[in-house]
Amino acid sequence: MVDIKKGLFYTKTHEWVKVEGGEAYIGLTAFAASELGDIVYFEGPDTDDVAQGAECGVVESVKSASDIYSPVSGKVLEVNEAVVDSPELINEDPYGAWLIKVELDSKEELKKLLSAEDYEKELANA
Amino acid sequence: MKKTVLYDEHIKQSGKMIEFTGYLLPISYTSISEEHELVRSDFGCFDCSHMGEIMISGEDAYKFTDYLVTQNLSGPDLRMSYGFLLNENGGVIDDIMAYKYNDSKFLLVVNASNKEKDYEHIMKLFNQGKYNCNVKDYSDDISLLAIQGPNSSKFIQKDLVEKLDEMKMYDFKYYSILGMKFLISRSGYTGGDGFEVYGKNEDILKLYQHFTKRGMKSCGLGARDTLRFEAALPLYGQELDMDINPLEAGLSFGVDFEKDFYGKEALSKIKEEGLKRRSVGLELLEPGIARHGYKVYSEGKEIGYVTTGYMIPNTKNSYAVALIDRDEYKLDKEVEILVHKRMVKAKIIKKKFMDKKYQK
Repeated sequence: MVDIKKGLFYTKTHEWVKVEGGEAYIGLTAFAASELGDIVYFEGPDTDDVAQGAECGVVESVKSASDIYSPVSGKVLEVNEAVVDSPELINEDPYGAWLIKVELDSKEELKKLLSAEDYEKELANA
Repeated sequence: MKKTVLYDEHIKQSGKMIEFTGYLLPISYTSISEEHELVRSDFGCFDCSHMGEIMISGEDAYKFTDYLVTQNLSGPDLRMSYGFLLNENGGVIDDIMAYKYNDSKFLLVVNASNKEKDYEHIMKLFNQGKYNCNVKDYSDDISLLAIQGPNSSKFIQKDLVEKLDEMKMYDFKYYSILGMKFLISRSGYTGGDGFEVYGKNEDILKLYQHFTKRGMKSCGLGARDTLRFEAALPLYGQELDMDINPLEAGLSFGVDFEKDFYGKEALSKIKEEGLKRRSVGLELLEPGIARHGYKVYSEGKEIGYVTTGYMIPNTKNSYAVALIDRDEYKLDKEVEILVHKRMVKAKIIKKKFMDKKYQK
């Protein structure tokens, strides 16, 4: 069974969000990391802001490239340089290796995201 | 969807299965990077049973095969050679290995994706001439293990009486293991030392189980592709296809213009008129990975496209092979590749990303 962490929000495109006050950390789920295989490259957004559902970076494994879609809208506060330098951290610890830190525009958006339970169902039905 | 005789073994070993040219095959077991490293430093086994095997035998086998393929077949018996089946325009129908038993028996090993197309082409030429020989497709009866890496010889040797190291690159011979007969060639698709072992489906299954029990590890299609890329070996459908000729792909060593072969007229004309494109190596100077089909630019002008690109596993070296306008070729010249909506700087280098280690 693929690891799904409780207390996070999820997207159908396999990103997770961890909300701390008005800030959110965005990462890729264990399922996404496992599907991609060895991740060798991560690039954050090239804009100062990200929008819910829009591209916010690229992740590449040995075999393929995938866009990352931002689960929330907001101002980009930080891109995780540790992951830029060592993208394999995403495979090693998908819920620890956050990619982008964002200042949330609106907590209302979180309602459109999946809970851990919903995401688990989503994977089971995929 | 077809399964190879080793399908259940792949599942037992938790192979991550994907569809590849109509077969269910493992992309990897552990990870592509680990399996890549295993083959470079020790050895690993690839299930290549999806490959096609076509036998040409009889009095005119040499005459017919010689017309069919581009390579010179006049060398000694029990040797294999690399070349092409061409279409009437000089484009590549397939790149193939020809195993020469003797002048009246040749085994052609062809790409899985091209099996039907190849057979059709072979039969078309066969029916056009009056050849006294037989053509038979054994693809469904034969399975193939590619056991590759510096320690592959030592490993297989333990099951053999004969000295395997008397075999040089591209030699082949029949050997008996556990009372079963296998054709073994010193060859592969990794740029390193290795062997390809052909046998009846049920025999290959038994041999695989025996070798696995003795400690052989398996690798998937993912590492097979990164390994062949690092060795700058071509893959049909990427470096070669119906619209790419072997000369612009940089593979003229597989074409013997001294003899006659199907497609020669067109290819000779292409050669005389001068080649338009050239297959080159690219080294990315900025982060990114150049994938198949990505466009290559020089001073804003599109000059070609990437045929294959990878970040070599376990390194930060990102390379590509690209097919570009011949006039644009200059070693060390800086070009750009459009990677994911972003221009990435790259440099034209020799199409050589490692030193090959064949048993000469």
